[in-house]
Amino acid sequence: MSATNGKTTTAAMVAEIVGDRVKLAHNRAGANLVSGVASALLASNGADLGLFEVDEGAFPDISGRIRPQAVCLGNLFRDQLDRYGELEHIAERWRTAVSDLDPAAWTVVNADDPLLADIARGRTEALRFGIDDPSVARERLPHAADSKYCRTCGAPYDYAAAYVGHLGDYRCPRCHEARPPLDVAARAIEFSGLESSSFDLVTPEGTRRVSVPLPGLYNVYNALAAASLSLVLGAGLDDVEAGLARFRAAFGRFERIRAGDRTVLLLLVKNPAGANEVVRTLVDAGAPGRLLVALNDEIADGRDVSWIWDVDFEPLVGSLQELVVSGSRAQELALRFKYGGLDPEKITLQPDLADALSYGVEGTPLGGELVVLPTYTAMLALRHIAAEQGLVRPYWEEAVA
Amino acid sequence: MKLVVGHLYPEYLNIYADRGNIAVLERRSAWRGIELDYRTIGLGEAVRPGEHDLYYVGGGQDREQALIAPDLAAKGPALTEAVEAGAAFLAVCGGYQLLGHFYRDRSGAELPGIGLLPHHTVAGERRMIGDVLLECELDAGVPRTLAGFENHAGRTYLDDGAQPLGRVVSGFGNNGKDRFEGCRVAGAVGTYLHGPLLPRNPWLADWLIARALARRLGEPPELDPLGDDLEAAAKAVSAERARSRGGRF
Repeated sequence: MSATNGKTTTAAMVAEIVGDRVKLAHNRAGANLVSGVASALLASNGADLGLFEVDEGAFPDISGRIRPQAVCLGNLFRDQLDRYGELEHIAERWRTAVSDLDPAAWTVVNADDPLLADIARGRTEALRFGIDDPSVARERLPHAADSKYCRTCGAPYDYAAAYVGHLGDYRCPRCHEARPPLDVAARAIEFSGLESSSFDLVTPEGTRRVSVPLPGLYNVYNALAAASLSLVLGAGLDDVEAGLARFRAAFGRFERIRAGDRTVLLLLVKNPAGANEVVRTLVDAGAPGRLLVALNDEIADGRDVSWIWDVDFEPLVGSLQELVVSGSRAQELALRFKYGGLDPEKITLQPDLADALSYGVEGTPLGGELVVLPTYTAMLALRHIAAEQGLVRPYWEEAVA
Repeated sequence: MKLVVGHLYPEYLNIYADRGNIAVLERRSAWRGIELDYRTIGLGEAVRPGEHDLYYVGGGQDREQALIAPDLAAKGPALTEAVEAGAAFLAVCGGYQLLGHFYRDRSGAELPGIGLLPHHTVAGERRMIGDVLLECELDAGVPRTLAGFENHAGRTYLDDGAQPLGRVVSGFGNNGKDRFEGCRVAGAVGTYLHGPLLPRNPWLADWLIARALARRLGEPPELDPLGDDLEAAAKAVSAERARSRGGRF
């Protein structure tokens, strides 16, 4: 399973769906390079099935080494250009990796991503999933959307519906290349605030109403990917429905931590496409008046922090009474919001993460919730701080539980 | 007072958060009561010299740059004429490369530039990635610094006697060898620095705004100072990053 966004969540959903019946070798703590996959294999003597989320850059190498019986490709968005390079280069390496798969191996792709649909074109053992519900579409493509030009002729696609970033129901007005027919689709999507999402899962085996206790359209895509991959692996609709219903968020991705009489909600942000969906989900559920955003610039976060300027934070600005900015590049975040229209008087600079968390929690009313948007290493550090205070178990304990 | 900004190909060249630069130009103009009229200039749309006070072009992926290069070539004479008549220009990364004489890729094929800036670029093997700190002197006797982030495979070489944007204190710069970064002709500035560049280096934003207004006023006006404490704090972190880890493969 690979994708820019959602690979940890999707793989964890698949584990929930199929894990009752087969013994898995699964890198669920998110170590998704060659070494992480090797470690998971070594630690899983007697496993029936390997289930690996893999880093986008490492996917070709890992796929070549383990020769999977199925690959699931969720999306490709611009992410950490200093580390991964241009999107097109990743796509070309993925294309080669897919063409090198065993002919009998399944290719499960998000057909709403023109790049991925193109990579799977011509493969016989392919399953294409996507969203088929214009009522949840955006009015237009977001700023700086990727892959919005026809793979065949270069003309801008027309979108009958744009769902997340450049994912949607596209068609080239010039050469008529279009989203391929969907084998598995989500229809009649409904959100219940920040608590859950439900939709009609339309499959070759029938239609089933499913619900997953996560908010946001991006999690509908994750659930669709997980359901599609699970079906290919032999799961039935009963397994899919039950597995999605009892799913718990992967650490840091919509994770609630109890802090005395208050709660802290961690929503990982790591690139514009993912962060835009987190913002949209928060706004749809009622934008918070206070927010803690934490930006680090370690290698795992991306040393180039320019991506925060491509995130549409503006919908949050109107209702913000106080923004706490933290992390090693807190000052840059402060500028992002200042030039996004937030009164600098409302910005509190707390670069130290522990200080920021204490300050943020103390300023949250009793019974209230502090919403925290951290980048990857900031999220790990915040969880560590919370664990030291006895608020949350370290994820490595959960990973082996 | 009014300022017309022409942003070239924002749909194609937007890879390094170029809209952050635009947001800074807009806000800093508005805070001083200057009305900034933002216009996009897309494929097939003509550039009429005199219409815009300030041009902006960002960087894109190779695919997008190849898509717009022929169109930019057609706009080249009008853009050069506009700069000669006093328009300001900020070109970042890929846009900077395309303003030079040419870009030669790894296979030896040349993508023609528009020659507005006196330089050429040759693709190199390893990408030069990291934080950068520059010393600049755009106005004689006024030394200043710029802090940003670079990520480019192209090596850019200035023509003899051409003026760089600045000298590299830490980082790679144009080509990793001659310690020059960027290029400057009159009110036109090209650079590899993104980050984006203007939020943490507001003096350059103000310099561009003043140069653009000079087209209407005859000379660059003295702009009202703004409270730039957050900007200075962000720049200090960026400059520290450049000193501790810039310019290393």
